[in-house]
Amino acid sequence: MTEQTANEVKNPTRRNVLFKVGVAVNAVAGVLVAIPIVGYIFSAFAHPKLVGSEAWIPLGDANTYVTGQTRLATYRNPFTRPWDGATAEIPCWVRRIDERKFQVFAINCTHLGCPVRWFQESKLFMCPCHGGVYYEDGSKAAGPPPRGLFEYSTKVENGKLYVKGGILPTLSEPLTS
Amino acid sequence: MLRSVYNWLDKRLYLTKLFQSTAGHHVPANSGSWFYVFGSATLLCFILQIVTGTLLALVYVPSTNEAWKSLQYLNHVQYLGWYLRALHNWGSNFMVALMTLHMVQVFLFGAYKYPRELTWVSGVFLLVATLAMAFTGQVMRFDEDAYWGLGIGASITGRVPFIGDRLVHLLLGGPIIAGETLSRFFALHVFVIPAIIIGIVGMHLRLVLTKGINEYPVPGKPVRRDTYDGEYEKIIEKQGVPFVPDAIGKDLIFAALVLVLILAFSAIFGPAGPSGPPDPTRVDTVPRPDFYFLSVFAALALLPDWMETIVLFVMPVLMVGFLFILPFISGTGEKSARKRPVAVLSVITIFLVLGTLTYMGDTAPWSPKMNAWSGQSVPVDLLQHRTPLEMRGALVLQNKQCRNCHSLEGHGGQRGPALDDVATRLTRDQLIRQVIQGGGNMPAYGKNLSPAEVDALVAYMLTLHPPSHPPARDSAQPQISGNPNAKERGVGEAVRKSMTGKSQ
Ligand code: FES
Repeated sequence: MTEQTANEVKNPTRRNVLFKVGVAVNAVAGVLVAIPIVGYIFSAFAHPKLVGSEAWIPLGDANTYVTGQTRLATYRNPFTRPWDGATAEIPCWVRRIDERKFQVFAINCTHLGCPVRWFQESKLFMCPCHGGVYYEDGSKAAGPPPRGLFEYSTKVENGKLYVKGGILPTLSEPLTS
Repeated sequence: MLRSVYNWLDKRLYLTKLFQSTAGHHVPANSGSWFYVFGSATLLCFILQIVTGTLLALVYVPSTNEAWKSLQYLNHVQYLGWYLRALHNWGSNFMVALMTLHMVQVFLFGAYKYPRELTWVSGVFLLVATLAMAFTGQVMRFDEDAYWGLGIGASITGRVPFIGDRLVHLLLGGPIIAGETLSRFFALHVFVIPAIIIGIVGMHLRLVLTKGINEYPVPGKPVRRDTYDGEYEKIIEKQGVPFVPDAIGKDLIFAALVLVLILAFSAIFGPAGPSGPPDPTRVDTVPRPDFYFLSVFAALALLPDWMETIVLFVMPVLMVGFLFILPFISGTGEKSARKRPVAVLSVITIFLVLGTLTYMGDTAPWSPKMNAWSGQSVPVDLLQHRTPLEMRGALVLQNKQCRNCHSLEGHGGQRGPALDDVATRLTRDQLIRQVIQGGGNMPAYGKNLSPAEVDALVAYMLTLHPPSHPPARDSAQPQISGNPNAKERGVGEAVRKSMTGKSQ
C-alpha cells in the first residue's frame, strides 16, 4: 500500500469529497445522456410541424367524380415507410357539388375518430360507434360529435383533384378549421 | 450426499437465511384463508403472460405490414400457435379479473390501512400498469379493431387542450397511424411496461415482507397508529406460522385451479381474433374495444357532449387519485367489512355501474345498425292491408335508412325509438315535423325527402299502432264522428278503410 492510498483510507473527508465530485460528475453526464434520449422520444414536440407533414395529394381525375354525388376515394399517405402496409392507404369521402366545387371529408368521425359511412339514399353520413350523423355538406346532424366532419383543402389543377392531407385529423389538429 | 451439496451451496449463497426471511417468513395463521389467495394468483398469471408473450414474440412480426399476417400464421400454420395466442389472451383476462378481486378483498378487509399504505399505493400503480398492458396488447392484435382503436385513442388525446396535437404525434409516433405506431406500442407492451410491472411487483412483495400480511380482521378491533405495530408483533409471536409451508396451501390449490381454468378456456374458446385486416380503406367496420374498455366506450356514448372532455380527463385523474390517497384519508379505524357499510356499498355501487356500462357497451343500443335498411325485411303484418300510398311509405322508411336507427318488431337499430307503435305517440303533424326538422338525436330529413315521400312515409307511420290502441290525436282538433284523427289522416287512411272495411 502506498503512502497516498493509506492516507485516503484513513482520511474520510477526502473520500467524501471524491464521492461528492463523483456524484456531481455523473449528474452532468446523466444530463448529457438524457438530452438525446428525451429529444428522441419527444421529437413530436421538438419539431412543431414535421417538415411537410401535409402535402397536396392527387385524388385522380376530377371527372371520375359525378356532380351531385359523394363517393369514397383513397389516397396513399405521402409520407410512408416501406413497412407501412395497408395503413398507408387512407380513405376519404369526395363530394362534387358542381363543375368546379368539391368537398372532401376525412373518414374520421369528429367525436372519437370512427370511420363514418355515406348513405346515398338519405344523404347522410352515419358513424357506427355512437351514432353520430352528418349532413351531405359535412355539417353535424345529430349525435355526440362536437362539430361537422373534418374537411380537406382541395384544388383542381389540370383536371386533377388534389387534397391537402397526411395527418390523422383530431379536434386539436383539424385539417382546416 | 444431497445434504452435503446443499450445505456447500448454503455456505456460499446463504439459502436457509434467504428462505427464512422470504418464503418462510411468519404470517398470522388466520391469513391462510381462501380470501387471501387472489394476490398470488394474479402474480401467477403475470408470470404465465411473460412466458406465453415471449413465446409469441418468437413468431410475431411487429410491423404494420406483417403483424396481421403473422397472427394468421400463428393461428393456422404454426404448430400450437393458436393455443399459445389463446393462453396469452385468457391469461390476460384472468389477470385483470384476479387483480380486481384481490383489490376488492384488500379494500374490504381494510388491509390498506396503517402501516400498509405503501403496499396499497404500489398496488394502484400495478392496476394502472396492467390496464396499460391490456390496451397496448389490444394494439398488438393488429386488426381493424386495433387500427380504429388507435384512432379513438388519438381522438381522445387530441382533446387535450393546448398540446393535444403534439401528444397525438407522440402517441402515434407521427402525424398518422402508420409503421411507427405499432413499433411504439410493441416497445411499450414488451419492454417498458413489463419492466415497470416487475419493478413494482418487487416493491409490493418487499412490503408484504416488511409490513406483514394483514391479519384476518375482527369487527370491533380498530387500527390505531400508536398501538397497531405492537399488536401485530404479538399476533405473529403467538400464532405466527411460516408462510411456506404452513399458510401457502390454499394459494397453491387455487393457483393450480387458475392454471387449469386458463388452459380449459383457451382450449374451448380459442384465441381472440384477429378480425379483419388493418386496412383503413375498408370502411364497413364497426370498431369495438376489448372487454375492459367497453364501460368507457359506453360512457362516451351516453354522456352529454359538454361533459365528455371533462369526464375523459378529469374523472380518471380523480378516480386514480382517490385510490392513491385512500390509505391516507382512512388509514386507521375499523378493518372488518361488517363495520364498514359505506365501503361495502361503494364496492357494490362501483360494480353495478361498471357492469351495467359494460353490458351496454357490449350491446351498444346507441349504435346505428348500418345494414338494417338493406338487410332487414319489413314484417309482413306491418304491410298487410295497407294502401299503395302507405306501401310506398314503407319503402321510403326502408330506403332512407330509417331502420338503421329505428326498429320494427325488434329488428333494426335501437338508437331511436321503435316505430311499431309510433302512431300512438305522435299525431300526423308531429310526425311531419319530426321527419322534416329532426331533433332529439334525429337528423332533419327535410332536404333529403320530396314532399311526396314525406306524405307517403307519414301515411305509413300513421298505420303503425296496435289494433287495440287508438292512434294519438291532437287535442286541439275537434273530434269528428268518433274518429279522432279523421281529418288529420291523409287520403291513404280513407282509402285503406274503404278497402278493408275496418274502422277503429
Ligand atoms: S366516434 Fe362517431 S359518434 Fe362517436
